[in-house]
Formats: sequence, C-alpha cells, structure tokens
Amino acid sequence: MLGGGVTKIGEHWSKSLRDLFVEAAFKALEDSNLELKNIEAIYIGNMSSGELQGQEHLGSLMATWLGIPGVAAVKVEAACASGGAVFHQAYLAVASGLYDCVLVGGVEKMTDAVVHDVTAALVMADDAEYTAFTGASFVGLNAIVYRYYMEKYHVKQEDIALFSVHDHKYASNNPYAQYPFQVTLEKVLSSPLVADPIRLLECSPIGDGAAALILCSEKFARENGIRPGVEVAASALATDTISLMDREDLTTLTATVKAARKAYKMARIEPQDVDVMEVHDAFTILGVIHLEDLGFAEKGSGWKLVKEGEIEKDAKIPTNLSGGLKARGHPVGATGVYQVYEIYQQLTGIAPNQVEKAEIGLAQSVGGVGGTVVVNILQRVR
Amino acid sequence: MMVSTPSVPRVWRERIIKYRLIGSRCTNCGKISYPPRKACPRCGSVNLEKISLPKRGKVLSYTVIRAPPRAYLKYSPYIVALIELENGAKILAQLTDVEPEEVKSGMIVEAVFRRYREQGEDGIIEYGIKFRPPIT
Repeated sequence: MLGGGVTKIGEHWSKSLRDLFVEAAFKALEDSNLELKNIEAIYIGNMSSGELQGQEHLGSLMATWLGIPGVAAVKVEAACASGGAVFHQAYLAVASGLYDCVLVGGVEKMTDAVVHDVTAALVMADDAEYTAFTGASFVGLNAIVYRYYMEKYHVKQEDIALFSVHDHKYASNNPYAQYPFQVTLEKVLSSPLVADPIRLLECSPIGDGAAALILCSEKFARENGIRPGVEVAASALATDTISLMDREDLTTLTATVKAARKAYKMARIEPQDVDVMEVHDAFTILGVIHLEDLGFAEKGSGWKLVKEGEIEKDAKIPTNLSGGLKARGHPVGATGVYQVYEIYQQLTGIAPNQVEKAEIGLAQSVGGVGGTVVVNILQRVR
Repeated sequence: MMVSTPSVPRVWRERIIKYRLIGSRCTNCGKISYPPRKACPRCGSVNLEKISLPKRGKVLSYTVIRAPPRAYLKYSPYIVALIELENGAKILAQLTDVEPEEVKSGMIVEAVFRRYREQGEDGIIEYGIKFRPPIT
C-alpha cells in the first residue's frame, strides 16, 4: 500500500458524489507521490448511487472525472460492505498479477435525499421481497438482533450502549470524523427511539464522504524505487444468508467468523497478534457482537471488553480509535475504505489516536445484517 | 414514489407464496425455509419439497419501527417481529391488533391477511400475512 486520502465526513451540501471521490483520489495520489498516469485500474465502492443520485456506471464516470478515461474502472457493491468488498477486489486485481498499480476508493453521498428515502435505500441491503416488504427498516432488523441478544445472554442495554460512548471519545480528536465530540451514557440512553430498543445515539449517522488508497505490486514498487511501509497481509470475504429468517443463531454473524478465520490463516496470525482494529459498529450491538465473532470474547460477553476498558488505545485490543461508524461516520460504500486507511495510519504512525508500535491491524466491513463480511489485515513491512 | 419501482407482475408472481405462506422443506437435512427455494440454505441439497406453513407461531424478537422507509410512513409506528412457526420455520412479519407495550418475546401469534403498502395513488395495493394474538 502506497498511500491514501479521505474527505471529512459530514453534510457536504456543495459537493457531489463525483466531487467527493475525485477529492479523495487526488489526496491518495499526492500521499503516494504518484501521478494519474500510473493508475491502471480504478475500483469504486458504493452502495446507493442509483437510488440516491439516479447515477450508476461509476467506473466510467469517475475515470472521466479523474481525467483518465481508458483505464479499467468498475463499481463494486455489497451493501454496507461495499468498502471492504472493493478493497478485496482491488487486492485480487494486483495479487493476480493483472495490474501493477490501482486506485481503490469508496464514496457515498447520502444527504442528497431526505431521511425516509435514505431509509428505503438502506434496507435494500436485505431481501426486498420478503424482508423490506414487511416495512422493516435496516435499523429495525438490527433491533431484532439487539433484543434477542439481550434476552438470550441477560445483558443490559446500558452495557451495550457503552460502545457509542467509546466511539465518540476517540472521534473527538479525529479531524475528519463526522461527530468529533464526546457523549455520556446517560445522553445515549435518553436519546429518541428509532427502532426499539435501538436509540438514535446508538446508530451510525447519515453522511457524505469518500476515501481512496493506492495499491501496487512488489514489481511496481521495485521498478519505481519505492519502499512501501505497509503491505496487505490478508483479505477475506464471506457471505451468510441475506435474511435473518434463515439464520440458526441471531447473535452471531457467521460471515464474520468465516472471513476472520480465513484472514487469520492467510496472514498466519492469531487474533491476539492484532495490535489495532476497526470494526463495523453500525449499531452499538454490532460492535459488541463483532468483538465476539472476531475471536476476542466469548459469546454474550463482548460488552465486558468495552466496560472493562479492554478496547481502549493502550489496552488489550484497541478498537475503533477513529471513532468507528458511530462517530467517525458511515458514508456506506466508503466506510470499509476509511477503515483500511485508518489501519494504514496506525501502521505508519500518523493516526490521531496512535497505538504505539502497531505492527498488525484489522478492518472488518459488514454488509446487511451480516450477509457479507470482509476482513482485511494490513501489516507493517519489516 | 411510494415503492422504489412500482410493479404489478412483481407482486402478482409472489401472491401464492405470500398469501398462503408457502415454504419448502429440505428432504436431506429437514430445514424448513420461507419463502420456498430450489436449494437448501443450510446444506445445499436440491431435494426440496414445497409445503404449506403452519399459521401459528411464537415471537422470537421484535421491534417498533418509528422511522420507516417512505412507503410505510403513514403506518408508523408499527411492530415488525421475527416469528418462529410451529414447525420451526422463521418468518419476518408485522404484528397487528396489538399495542407495542403488550408484545413480549415468546408470545403466541396467529396469521391474518392484511394490507401492507400501496404503490402510490394510482398503483396497486400490496397484501400479505401479518400476525396477531390468537382469537381463534
């Protein structure tokens, strides 16, 4: 990995989908000391440009707007995991030997639409005919998991909602976070209900943003006299049934378990070797479940890691030091790329909340209620 | 626009499955799925038979939708539940004829035919199965 760049996440009224992507792409090129002519292919992660902007065909669009029509360029979509999935595809493109230098980015422009239309777009992550048909929102589906988890493991909401407080704490000094301020547990628990039991301050927000990275082959680095500081150690993607109706256990995302197992094996590491990670906590309950499914806690006890301070910056498994989806923000198709960029920052020593001597970092990207999960692992080049 | 892409045939072709609760049973592993499949989501077997699903079950978990997608705005708030039918199949559906504060996980419910949404002012009305506390 040669470098990356991101836009601040927020309500970018004056910037379009293409403006955001181009901004992040130029930042990534500058950070990598490369020029547009070095780019052989562009991979663009995005979920809802069709629904929210009436725009598809992002490959050609972004190639045109970057001034390099002619290169290979394609959009990759896997709902909320589009960012993780696009990184997976870009990695495959370089690892296969077909391309030596690619631009991989993600972009989502959510504030062009009003909230009820964004809600309709997001639930397209699940089965349109049999899940969205019921009127369930995406928040609602996660709320069903949340209530089931609390009742199965006898866990209190106040212990799960702590994940939001954690995220906001670290977002408060992240310059590109959407909500760089702290919140109290009391404030989270007294915020309005969105889909019972999920409250507003337990939900990742609606926002606009783009992130981009440059990946190259060892050959490209050698021929251009570049010594990259960070390499991709693993990239694994797994799916699960798209709907909760087919799940045996509502409290485990088996796609996380499968993708993580593959990624750990590919990187030749164990969970305890991970120095820092970014997990896809679209809702507080998901943050807790991910800690379990990624191998850091027993089922039903992920919340204890949060409560006992084990996911803090200097603790056992530093998690979401960017502010996570809750407070860094969640411009859907860009989020997985932001996460990988944040791990890149950690491994190169430039993160806002820097973990000392971080060598290995993990980013987990989740689509739907776990219908797709991507686990990407980076490591510092020794 | 009330539904993303208004369509008559899309609703028509699913009517038997949705109105009569048709599922499938895997003759290899026994998994029962709703809606019916060509391949079992648990074991991958293609030996499946269509079955009519039981019309009673219990609430596994539920939520109250307070910020709905546009097509459901006028019904808000409403309850969506994951229901385990008497033969173990799971189905997501709205609960009706019950207030949110009366719902409990584990409560017994029965199927009832109800309206779900409309495809705008001029479009068709989409119906389906909701569940309510048993009165029969």
